[in-house]
Amino acid sequence: MSENTKIYDFMGYRKIATMFSAILLVISIGAIAVQGLKLGLDFTGGSLVEVGYQQDANLTEIRDQLEAAGFQDAVVQTFGAPTDILIRLGADHDPKLGDKVLAALQAGGDTSIELRRNEFVGAQVGEELREQGGLGMLLALFMIMVYVAFRFQLKFSIGAVAALAHDVLIVVGFFALFQVEFDLTVLAAVLAVIGYSLNDTIVVSDRIRENFRMMRKGSPTEVLNASLSQTLSRTVITSVTTLLVLIALAVFGGEMIHGFALALLVGVLIGTYSSIYVAANALVMMGICKEDLMPPPKEEDEVLDEMP
Amino acid sequence: MLNRYPLWKNLLIVFVLLLGALYAAPNLYPEDYAIQLSGTRDIHQVDQALMDKVTAAIENGGLEIKESELLDKSGLIRFTDSETQLKAKQIVSQAVGENYVVALNLAPTTPDWLTDIGAGPMKLGLDLRGGVHFLLEVDMAQAVGQRLDVYVSEIKTKLRQDKLRYRAVEHLDDGSLSVKFSSPETRDQALSLLRKDYPEFLISAEDADGANFLTIMLTEATVRSIEDYAIKQNLTTLRNRVNELGVAEPLVQRQGRNRIVVQLPGVQDAAAAKRIIGKTANLEFRLEAKTDANSALTETYDFRSEPGRKARLEKDIIITGSSVSNAQASFDENGQPQVNISLDSKGGQLMNRTTRNAVKRRMAVLFVEHKSRMVTETVDGEKVEKRVPYVEKKIISLATIQSVLGSQFRITGLDGAGESSELALLLRAGALAAPIYFVEERTVGPSLGAENIELGVTSVQIGFALVLIFMAITYRVFGLLANVALCLNLVLLVAVMSMLSATLTLPGIAGIVLTVGMAVDANVLIFARIKEELKNGLPPQSAINAGFDRAFTTIFDANITTLLAAVILFAMGTGPVKGFAVTLSVGIVTSVFTAIWVTRALVNLTYGGRQLKKLSI
Repeated sequence: MSENTKIYDFMGYRKIATMFSAILLVISIGAIAVQGLKLGLDFTGGSLVEVGYQQDANLTEIRDQLEAAGFQDAVVQTFGAPTDILIRLGADHDPKLGDKVLAALQAGGDTSIELRRNEFVGAQVGEELREQGGLGMLLALFMIMVYVAFRFQLKFSIGAVAALAHDVLIVVGFFALFQVEFDLTVLAAVLAVIGYSLNDTIVVSDRIRENFRMMRKGSPTEVLNASLSQTLSRTVITSVTTLLVLIALAVFGGEMIHGFALALLVGVLIGTYSSIYVAANALVMMGICKEDLMPPPKEEDEVLDEMP
Repeated sequence: MLNRYPLWKNLLIVFVLLLGALYAAPNLYPEDYAIQLSGTRDIHQVDQALMDKVTAAIENGGLEIKESELLDKSGLIRFTDSETQLKAKQIVSQAVGENYVVALNLAPTTPDWLTDIGAGPMKLGLDLRGGVHFLLEVDMAQAVGQRLDVYVSEIKTKLRQDKLRYRAVEHLDDGSLSVKFSSPETRDQALSLLRKDYPEFLISAEDADGANFLTIMLTEATVRSIEDYAIKQNLTTLRNRVNELGVAEPLVQRQGRNRIVVQLPGVQDAAAAKRIIGKTANLEFRLEAKTDANSALTETYDFRSEPGRKARLEKDIIITGSSVSNAQASFDENGQPQVNISLDSKGGQLMNRTTRNAVKRRMAVLFVEHKSRMVTETVDGEKVEKRVPYVEKKIISLATIQSVLGSQFRITGLDGAGESSELALLLRAGALAAPIYFVEERTVGPSLGAENIELGVTSVQIGFALVLIFMAITYRVFGLLANVALCLNLVLLVAVMSMLSATLTLPGIAGIVLTVGMAVDANVLIFARIKEELKNGLPPQSAINAGFDRAFTTIFDANITTLLAAVILFAMGTGPVKGFAVTLSVGIVTSVFTAIWVTRALVNLTYGGRQLKKLSI
């Protein structure tokens, strides 16, 4: 074991961290319950048309043009650039919708407008996707719990899943609170956050297990502090490299994957925090001790001794 | 000796990396804008003579051809830019006529020696390439209903043959059949007869309102097989139609129990594609009813192009569009659009037998279309949108039979040239076994696709550069070694994706970016361990060894769990999300290989077997 690493008293702040997590969770759950998610087309069903202008587009003018053409319920907004316009329409579908919208806009005299994207998702498909998404997330959590319980121990598995649920709730809560659109790519990002946060938690848990077996003296809290301190530099460096690429993705990746990059950014930050303060904290709460992690005794008489 | 890999291990690593580089290489060759020429059926094969004619036509139009080649059954003509490609397509379409399909394509320029070993570039998803994606739902209730209608007439015939008197055979709305008898004895005889002949029926007997009934349901297995048949039939028809549309590399695939995905890369006119794909048009040929005909045996239909005009037709159908073996659109002597039809031998016989006794009578061609409208209903206080399918049958022509018809004839009375060629196409491609509805549609314009690629590539480059700089600063020599491994990881990732011919999507690129960020994690774990061991006072060589050894289980556990999440994502995801899951999974596997073995080999080559006082880490 390493005595040269500076040991930080992580667990000394665990009450504050618990409070912090609790507040974040309350805000997240509150936001999800009160405001709800601003679900994207993938989940709600409906139609959208994206058109490109040569110059910056005038939103009011577009709304007027669309209204004049009979698209009363159209929602018009810019998408990424001021020349790029996203138009959301109700659930009715018409194969020529994109062309019709384009024709309505070009009627104003500007023929350089271009149809960039035209999407339609049936209400039924959206609903199924919502169900499937939630189900997939639960299935992922369950499989991971089983694997960790098998490779480590049940308390670790509960800790890991608690950390994951914490991360997922907060990322989803973030999207609900700020009313950022939640579409299929964001769902994919949330699952990637599960993967990432788990990766982090496993690395920390691995060290905790090792230290419980190797440190002869020391309370569980001390073992946890030592483990977290030893893995700290790795945790920070990996987070930094991942955040670097995610920032590149968020800034240069374009509007279509903006939500994706945002979900991962939030997720990686919260995942890094949770692998220290949620997973380890849960272990303390469940009263993890050396005996939980000792390899099962092998000698026969020892087994007999344990019999009452 | 400590930290030396045996020769075979080094060779193995070099071999894997070379193989990776080889299979990743095709992605470096840019694709050509091309048009692909193929025959609509086997008798219309593309040969050298046709190719010469086509290339001459293109060159006469003042366009430049980069290269033209004759492939197995089709021809490929390459151009340098997309503008020339589009112009050339029009020229070629006019030059070859209706018997050939002209499709826009992006042709890979992979050299032959690479294609010979099975290497090729990654496929680009619709969001990167532009194109149309449809999700279609097959109306299964309708498919089962059609089969039940067939059973109704079969049961009637069977009961008549066995002289069992029934009062009615009905197809009920709940998907069951009800047979009504006037005596329980007849009912019971019919029961045992039907049980014997139709193992696919679940039959129950009951008495109500002084009559004796048999209620017949289909077994779950039978319903399934009817559904499977309907889907398979529809898949075949859709494939034919897509081929007729002339799309290079289309995808037509079943998804789930009752859905079909159609992806048409490069197709811009979604509305046209959709019209052809979704059409459930069929034809029925019937005789006009005689004036004294029993009204129970006739039906009255409207004319399609003349509102108000009606005609009374016989209920019996001579043949339907499914007997058509070939159909071509053309113009008659008055310049009106017409469709020339050839029937298969059975259809020809039927037509011949019927018209033999009907010369001077009139025959109607009915245009049958399955349509649906959305109706808003209030169920339990909630407004629910319901799709109500209906069938529209209209007469397109009613002409006097001048002489006995055989297997060749023509139909007129169509709305225009567009309709005649569409009808010909639909007849050639076959009818759909059950109606289909569009439940999802996504069209991505080519400029958006190109923009997505550009943005994706830029963000990969920038993210990658940032990580390389950060690693070099943090871990110095070891950081540089990790960077080499990271670059090789990217090569391997691209190679595996190409080998699997996986589709690269925008979220897929995001997956690559994420993999780059996470791939260094394994190296960071190892290096952090080495640093720790050095602090604990281990000599450099032992520290390296211990660092790699002890980090291994951690890396393994951490990556397996992430892989688990990626696999679940793959299983439940569709389209772009699947693309993300694939890149993430492949990235995890390749990054474990490069981070553990490749970095180790590099570290061994740099430091192995030497006396060291200090490590640059």
